[in-house]
Amino acid sequence: MSEMAWGVVPAAATAGTDRRRRWLGGFLVALGLLAGYAFAAHVPAGVVTHLDLNSAPALPLPVPAVPVRETTAVLAAICVALGLVLALRRGARGTYALLAAGLVAFGLAFVIWAARGADLSLEGMLASTLVDSVPLIFGSLSGVMCERSGVINIAIEGQFLAGAFLGAMIGSVSGNLWLGMLAGAAAGALLGAMLAFLCLRYHADQIIVGIVIVTFATGLTAFLDLQVLTPNQATLNSPQIFPNIAVPVLDRIPVLGPILFDQNIFLYLALALLAIIQIGLFHTRWGLRVRAVGEHPRAADTVGISVLLIRYRNVILGGAIGGLGGAALSIGSTGEFTQDMSAGLGFVALAAMIFGRWKPLWAASAALLFGFADSLQSVLAVLNVPIPSPFLLMAPYVATIIAVAGLVGRVRPPGADGMPYRRE
Amino acid sequence: MAPDVEQPPAPPEGGGARWLPDARRRLGRGLQVVARSGTAVTTTLAIFSALVVGAVIMIVTTPQTLSAWSAFPSNPGAALGSSWTLVTSAYTALFVGAVGSPAAWLHAITSLSPPALTAAAYPLSETLVATAPLLLGGLSVSLAFRTGLFNIGAQSQLLAGAIVAGWVGFSLPGLPWPVHLPLAILAGAGAGAVAGWVPGVLRARTGAHEVIVTIMLNYVAANLLIYLLSLPAFLPRGAANAISRTTPASARLPHLAGPGLRVNAGILLALAAAYGVWWLLQRSTLGFRFRMVGASHDAASAAGVDIRRMITGSMVIAGALAGLAGVVEILGVSPQLVPGFAQNLGFTAITVALLGQARPGGVVLAALLFGAFQAGGLQMQASTTIPLELVQVIEAVIVFFIAAPALVRAIYRIRTSGTGFRLFSQGWGG
Repeated sequence: MSEMAWGVVPAAATAGTDRRRRWLGGFLVALGLLAGYAFAAHVPAGVVTHLDLNSAPALPLPVPAVPVRETTAVLAAICVALGLVLALRRGARGTYALLAAGLVAFGLAFVIWAARGADLSLEGMLASTLVDSVPLIFGSLSGVMCERSGVINIAIEGQFLAGAFLGAMIGSVSGNLWLGMLAGAAAGALLGAMLAFLCLRYHADQIIVGIVIVTFATGLTAFLDLQVLTPNQATLNSPQIFPNIAVPVLDRIPVLGPILFDQNIFLYLALALLAIIQIGLFHTRWGLRVRAVGEHPRAADTVGISVLLIRYRNVILGGAIGGLGGAALSIGSTGEFTQDMSAGLGFVALAAMIFGRWKPLWAASAALLFGFADSLQSVLAVLNVPIPSPFLLMAPYVATIIAVAGLVGRVRPPGADGMPYRRE
Repeated sequence: MAPDVEQPPAPPEGGGARWLPDARRRLGRGLQVVARSGTAVTTTLAIFSALVVGAVIMIVTTPQTLSAWSAFPSNPGAALGSSWTLVTSAYTALFVGAVGSPAAWLHAITSLSPPALTAAAYPLSETLVATAPLLLGGLSVSLAFRTGLFNIGAQSQLLAGAIVAGWVGFSLPGLPWPVHLPLAILAGAGAGAVAGWVPGVLRARTGAHEVIVTIMLNYVAANLLIYLLSLPAFLPRGAANAISRTTPASARLPHLAGPGLRVNAGILLALAAAYGVWWLLQRSTLGFRFRMVGASHDAASAAGVDIRRMITGSMVIAGALAGLAGVVEILGVSPQLVPGFAQNLGFTAITVALLGQARPGGVVLAALLFGAFQAGGLQMQASTTIPLELVQVIEAVIVFFIAAPALVRAIYRIRTSGTGFRLFSQGWGG
């Protein structure tokens, strides 16, 4: 097919990023001023927020009372300063870090203001951020695995549903959660194989096949849920849930211990996979080959790398990782399969991957950001915030649009992403 | 096409083993003749194969047939018989629910009594009711596709259209219908156009990929609807549930065949839109530019086409079309807004566009087929307890085969070179 649609980077790209950086700096300054006006100037002195940091009994910490007015003023000033640095500085390195720091300052100011006069469990928020982002990390890693080898994986949502379904069913029938986890991965791998087969063997369009896999998996799991699971709920759809596993010693670290080291197996698995894929992709021969195939398959083929083999392997492995993300939803969290239970999370994971510019670590960070937005929303829903909850619910999506438009812009996917490869 | 250079079949000496490949080859050659007429055969075979897949899924998930199959070695007749009964009863219900039962039609035509005609035509009317929004949504996705854009967010534009059309409907009661109905339709299309403009302009100006932006807008629109359904302007007085006021008769699309049948002017609107999109793409300069941008950005810009304007314009028109899909849903079928209104419509519209290969004529046929599946699936669910979701699986399998025509040709041993239009998205590039 046409080769001109891919990889054409306009010559004026650098000028564009300069302008974009200035624009983003201005945006941060505006946010900081907004925070100063709304959160600091309008709050009477003496109002405090109690930050609940450590509920673990290992080492009781005092609950610090934070003065709202002063703290938010400082955070707003930090936000403005970071924005100025971003806008006035030369060079593009560290743009992301500066922006992220500014956004975190704003977010913190917002939360402290929202919880004024009440208790805010910062620890609970961080913990639920991690829990919410586990399936997203799996999903974005699934995307990275496929797309780095040059196959667009828009079917993450379908892999989630298949993994959640089979994970719950096998986990319930066998009574063994590990088998359920394996089955979830297998279900995802099967859909990955389907994607690979249709796209690599028959050169079908990857985005189309991805969308159809989502439709197929949504329909099939809903059908099987009604036809098979519902009549036999007790035997087929009542798996246990993986218990939390506390890492000895480490879980006694104040604040971070219980958040990081007393969690579900799926979180550890996600972090391990993240490390493996990040290191594997950039520091091993396997990773070099995958990236070569994704960027320039013809060149890779010329030096004797089997393009199809690498693509098949990566897409199927990616599917398995997506399936694990689905299993994390059912046997890792709710303990049963329900119709359409991923509710679009697969597409959010896709956005996280693009947001993270096809890099595992960045993609996982983006997933954490979405998880944070999710937990922030549930915290704010309880607090007395004069914002209707649908707006809080849509905030992460609006933020993604702004970020993709303003921040990522013309991202550069792997050079051959989406293109079928034909030997000459 | 090259002349057939195949050797004549060898004399049958090897016995039964040779028979099967030979028959396959003959069948293949027969189909090959028909295949020259275009993609019609591939499509028909895709539908047939998907129905087979659906039948297998039914058989392996129904306890009765499953237990019959477990006794297959001792009693093969029971297994085959019960499977046959199950599949034929389900697909018969699907067919009857989509186009009506032959007996009812025969009775209606011989008696020509209005009640009998209404009863016979009811399934067909339901099919057309389901077709209209699918057709408009499919056209929306197709138009964007032809410009090289993937409008995965038809759902958000459709919701915008439904929200605004519904609001114009129930907040301006008392207007005469010649004013009220066109106003509501135009307002809905306009709202859809605005919702389509956002991803279009973002793509054109900042390069933000429309797939991401439209996916995100789907959630924004769904949550916006939930918010609006908490406002007094949308709810009936003293309402406790999040169900909006009802659009009055003056803003409803008129019924086409009497009050007993739900078929309404929405299908005419949709067909007119299909003609309009065909004219736009094939006969107008603007449509030519759209297709040029879709085929190659380089060639288009070399020819002096403003790519950014074409991208934005195409998404605006696509948004208006999807907005109209929401309009015919709220003004024609379900006159109240509820959370999760028309939930799967936007996604099904994508499959309709894919099946119709992004060509207006093809999309009309695809929408009719999926409309028939929708109407028939409900009947199937009611009379055989096979869940409606099976239809979604069948639809997905059809599009699998359509997306990989080579696969269909391989299964049925058709040896043609796949010429003709093949739908291709543009990856993440641009």
